[in-house]
Amino acid sequence: MCHKIRHPRYWLIVPFKMAGLEIISDQGYRIDGRRSSELRKVCARMGVFTQADGSAYIEQGNTKALATVYGPHEVRKGRGKIQHDRAVVNCQFSMATFSTGERKSRPKGDRRSQEMSMHLRQTFEAVIVTELFPRSQIDIYVQILQADGGNYCACVNAATLAVIDAGIPMKDYVCACTAGFIQDSPLLDISYVEESAGAPFLTVAMMPKSEQIVLLEMNSRLHADNMEKVLDLATQGCKDVFAVLDRHVRDHVSESHALMTAS
Amino acid sequence: MLKSKTFVKKTRKGGVLKVVREHYLRDDIWCGSAACGQCPQDKPVLESDPEIDSSLCGFPHYLIPDTNVVLHQMDVLADSAIRNVIVLQTVQQEVRHRSGTTYQRLRDQSNNPDKNFYVFTNEHHRETYTEREQGESSNDYNDRVIRIATRWYNKHLQENRKDGEAPKVKVVLLTNDRENREKAQKEGLLAYTVHQYVKSLTGNPELVDRLAQVDMGESTDSDIKNEATGRVLFPEHLPLSQLQTGIKSGRFLQGSFMASRENYLEANVLVHGDESRSIFIQGHAHLNRSVNEDAVAVEMLPEDQWKCPSSMVLQDKDGDEETSEPDLGSPKVRSNAIPSGRVVGVIKRNWRPYCGVLQPSGIKEATRHLFMPAERKIPKIRIETRQAETLQGQRIVVSIDGWPRNSRYPKGHFVRKLGEVGDKDTENEVLLLEHDVPHQPFSQAVLNCLPSTPWGITKEDLACRQDLRDLPICSVDPPGCTDIDDALHYLEKPNGNVEVGVHIADVTHFIRPNTPLDQEAANRGNTVYLCDKRIDMVPELLSSNICSLRGKEERFAFSCIWEMTKNAEIVATRFCKSVICSKAAMTYAEAQMRIDDKNRNDAVTFGLRGLNALAKILKKRRIDAGALTLASIEVRFHVDSETHDPIDLETKELRETNSMVEEFMLLANISVAKKILSDFPSCAMLRRHPQPPPSNYDILIKAGKSKGVDIETDTSKSLAVSLDQATIPSEPYFNTLLRIISTRCMMQALYFCSGTLPESDFFHYGLATPIYTHFTSPIRRYSDIIVHRLLAVSINADKSFPDLLDKYKSQALCNNLNFRHKMAQYAGRASVELHTQLFFKNKVTEEEGFVLFVRKNAVQVLIPKFGFEGTIFLKSQDGRGEDSPFVFNEEESSQTAGEVKLRMFDRVVVQITVETSHIQHQKLRIRLVKPEVPGFSVPPVEASDKISQPPVKKVKT
Repeated sequence: MCHKIRHPRYWLIVPFKMAGLEIISDQGYRIDGRRSSELRKVCARMGVFTQADGSAYIEQGNTKALATVYGPHEVRKGRGKIQHDRAVVNCQFSMATFSTGERKSRPKGDRRSQEMSMHLRQTFEAVIVTELFPRSQIDIYVQILQADGGNYCACVNAATLAVIDAGIPMKDYVCACTAGFIQDSPLLDISYVEESAGAPFLTVAMMPKSEQIVLLEMNSRLHADNMEKVLDLATQGCKDVFAVLDRHVRDHVSESHALMTAS
Repeated sequence: MLKSKTFVKKTRKGGVLKVVREHYLRDDIWCGSAACGQCPQDKPVLESDPEIDSSLCGFPHYLIPDTNVVLHQMDVLADSAIRNVIVLQTVQQEVRHRSGTTYQRLRDQSNNPDKNFYVFTNEHHRETYTEREQGESSNDYNDRVIRIATRWYNKHLQENRKDGEAPKVKVVLLTNDRENREKAQKEGLLAYTVHQYVKSLTGNPELVDRLAQVDMGESTDSDIKNEATGRVLFPEHLPLSQLQTGIKSGRFLQGSFMASRENYLEANVLVHGDESRSIFIQGHAHLNRSVNEDAVAVEMLPEDQWKCPSSMVLQDKDGDEETSEPDLGSPKVRSNAIPSGRVVGVIKRNWRPYCGVLQPSGIKEATRHLFMPAERKIPKIRIETRQAETLQGQRIVVSIDGWPRNSRYPKGHFVRKLGEVGDKDTENEVLLLEHDVPHQPFSQAVLNCLPSTPWGITKEDLACRQDLRDLPICSVDPPGCTDIDDALHYLEKPNGNVEVGVHIADVTHFIRPNTPLDQEAANRGNTVYLCDKRIDMVPELLSSNICSLRGKEERFAFSCIWEMTKNAEIVATRFCKSVICSKAAMTYAEAQMRIDDKNRNDAVTFGLRGLNALAKILKKRRIDAGALTLASIEVRFHVDSETHDPIDLETKELRETNSMVEEFMLLANISVAKKILSDFPSCAMLRRHPQPPPSNYDILIKAGKSKGVDIETDTSKSLAVSLDQATIPSEPYFNTLLRIISTRCMMQALYFCSGTLPESDFFHYGLATPIYTHFTSPIRRYSDIIVHRLLAVSINADKSFPDLLDKYKSQALCNNLNFRHKMAQYAGRASVELHTQLFFKNKVTEEEGFVLFVRKNAVQVLIPKFGFEGTIFLKSQDGRGEDSPFVFNEEESSQTAGEVKLRMFDRVVVQITVETSHIQHQKLRIRLVKPEVPGFSVPPVEASDKISQPPVKKVKT
């Protein structure tokens, strides 16, 4: 409001602060009460639809995503796409019109969604053992039902569960997580408010057991010295996500098993 | 740990957008008390047995202040007697929202381990979180949250006492809100007002003085009418929401309030976003309780009510509460009325603690006193103190608490005592405080960053640096300089070219990024030079020893080495970190003597001659390009070795060697600027000097015209040429005066980060170079340290670090450096003024002077010998001026009295004395001696009283 700074006495300690928002307090708590290396609460369900070959629903805090998987099946349209040595992975990303604060006019097909679909395809092509299904196609449809930061991560995590639900062999789980660098401290799993603070953040998708990075995206410049800290945190985050997903998968399997043996 | 949270949704409506945020509640937030036996905390902040003598609470207790208490009574909370305070997150956030400075002070308290302030994150604690009830106002909600936390603490501390040993600790809620207090007491909590509590502190009676007088910022109309005086002196301030809509619709204008130094009833408001626009404000009601530098909202007056500034000097004399305004004589002539307005509300107060003295009071036992700030732009402040007697004749610091509508003066409270008025240390302290110069001794954390002594160069150091110890390097500086940051060398090469090197102290080798030492230096920004004192940017061990390039000692340097033709054309430039050994550390005079001494032919002298020859070529080239040579007179005081009082002063002399060193420093700065900009296009720290708007030159052109000289100001080149040509043989000082005036037309040079401006704005007008930076004085300027670091990264001599490459942080740093630089200049000038006053104390001196400006009721006179300018009032300050023999002619700006006409550039003789009648503003009084004006000028000293003024003679010789 007042652009003339008469006493910038304390600029050193608080260099650039958004008006009214302190992303992380001196006591180490973020706006929503998490500490810097804590994930949001993750809830997941597998096998939510019966008609699809595999499906899963995930909540990461207020970000909610639904994934469905069809296939592997023979390539229906665009026979030119057929690969003779492996399966083709087809991904489609969309956001529900009600997923954001302001109603979205175009739920899919915009540039951002197309980019997201491409990233998802690359991620899953690297993880699914496609060589087992030559001349066929696997479809993964993901929809964001509610967006609150980390959309890509929720999509990847949901799709992983859906692919597992469909029984398609993968080299490993693929888990994704974001980590930002805001007010000089690395923060894990940043929410929409933290994203909009304008600070750089990384999106990482990795195979947690081998720690191989499948996809890494950085939205703006980050000094090399900080990169390592942020990446380490993101790696830890992916492993935490893996622990949660794995437990859900095991619970789901033992439940289904119990159902089957009972019948 | 992660899973134990309950999940709650919080909805906030802002505009039409619905924001949904998660809000996690935790059960791992500890109470922070050492008396608690349950919370598994490492280092509890709050003591288990807090000791403070209070007659109200005779048991150990912690304090929980509410938001208003923190906002208004920070001076009490900051006192060392108040410890063991629980700051609730709710309170902290609200304070942060309402006042940045108070928030920062609160943060300083909680970071200070001696104060035992504990910040309790109550809103994320599972047991202290509560949801807002329907229809509950945010104030009521916050009060309730505070009460809940207080209750939780009481219960928690009671239930979880460490076995047996610990006494029963209670928590006391401090709130001045009656409703909140009553509710708290009903709930069985201990709640008092701050005033009750502080008055009950038997061990610390002096704290009462620090209590802010204003309990509530927003007292309603009915409150005011109920008070004893019953008078409302000022119009109401509009609420912020109304101001914002008004500003949006254009009905109000937002700006910074700049009070007039001369006239306490006048001010200007500089409109934000439109630097050239200013609105004139006149009179108590229109000023409406604004204080200098507040951000205010202004409503324009209709054109027929516009006023014109009464070029009169007016001081707030009487302490009575009268509001009768002296007639400012706003003329009926509307032609020179300027856009005027009135203040309708204050958007943001920019109050700070002010230095000053107590106004002597008639009644001895009175506790209400008036405080007179040293800064004349600040109004007097009413304070309550019981120690008035001991504070008489002392410099004290006072803070403003508020300015109710029924009070002529703002209300404030005493903060601390500085020392006796007139004492030099006290006055130095005052001017450092008033200019916001950080001058505390360096903290232990900073000193820990220094290298251990004795310090020496190791083999590893030599391995990564060029060894230039054999070169004939020398330094040339003013006499008495201990922080030598530059040295030079000159060598002839076999191919006919020459090698010239500028070696700058390698300060960044010792000041590593983000250490406490670095942060302190960045905050200080530069070394401040006062007449008798230097406030160092870095500790003395570095500034005067390890970094200083002293003669015959091995030192680290950052070198910039050029290969040049004899015609000063640069063939190649290289930069390197080096080890040097200066062969000689000379003063300007010594260097000049060496150059002139034909018998000396050693390598250093040879080098000096070569450098001197090159410097002349460089200077000529620079001036041909349009660089300006401007004038200002600098003086130096000779100080008595025992009393440290100034006994004589001389103006600084410029020698050829001064400009020799300067030329090479400029060249080095420009070379470095080019290098860092090419390697760091978006984050290089550079220095620019914008071209002044043409209107700035009006006064210069007018001054020239009065003597029949045309001054062209289209470009710096044409200005330089016309200044060179503007000489009048009969008036040798005319040219210098013109240059002094043109200096005042200039804009401030500024540091900036290259990524924040288009390249066309990088220009340095005064030096006529497209790009410039500061590289050559890292001991005394922080900007140079950053430039060194950038350059070191670009030649692979050092590693980069995140903040260096962040253009926003870099720009924030620049803003601080610009501010500090400006303040250092002002402080330096204020120090000269102070010393001039000490110098003229008990003396009457006569000196030659020149009229610099002619004003309506005064002329400003420059006295070249002492390098200061003073004002001769031609009309008495309070009267209308009928008694003055002078008549002002605005057209040709002259003052005429009978035969005598005073115009710009006229030579006068003036008498200088120190006026001591006014204790606060001791100032130099200048009276006219020649030309003689009957009934106005004073007789020369010799004629009046020779014998009683013996010191005068001594000074004049």
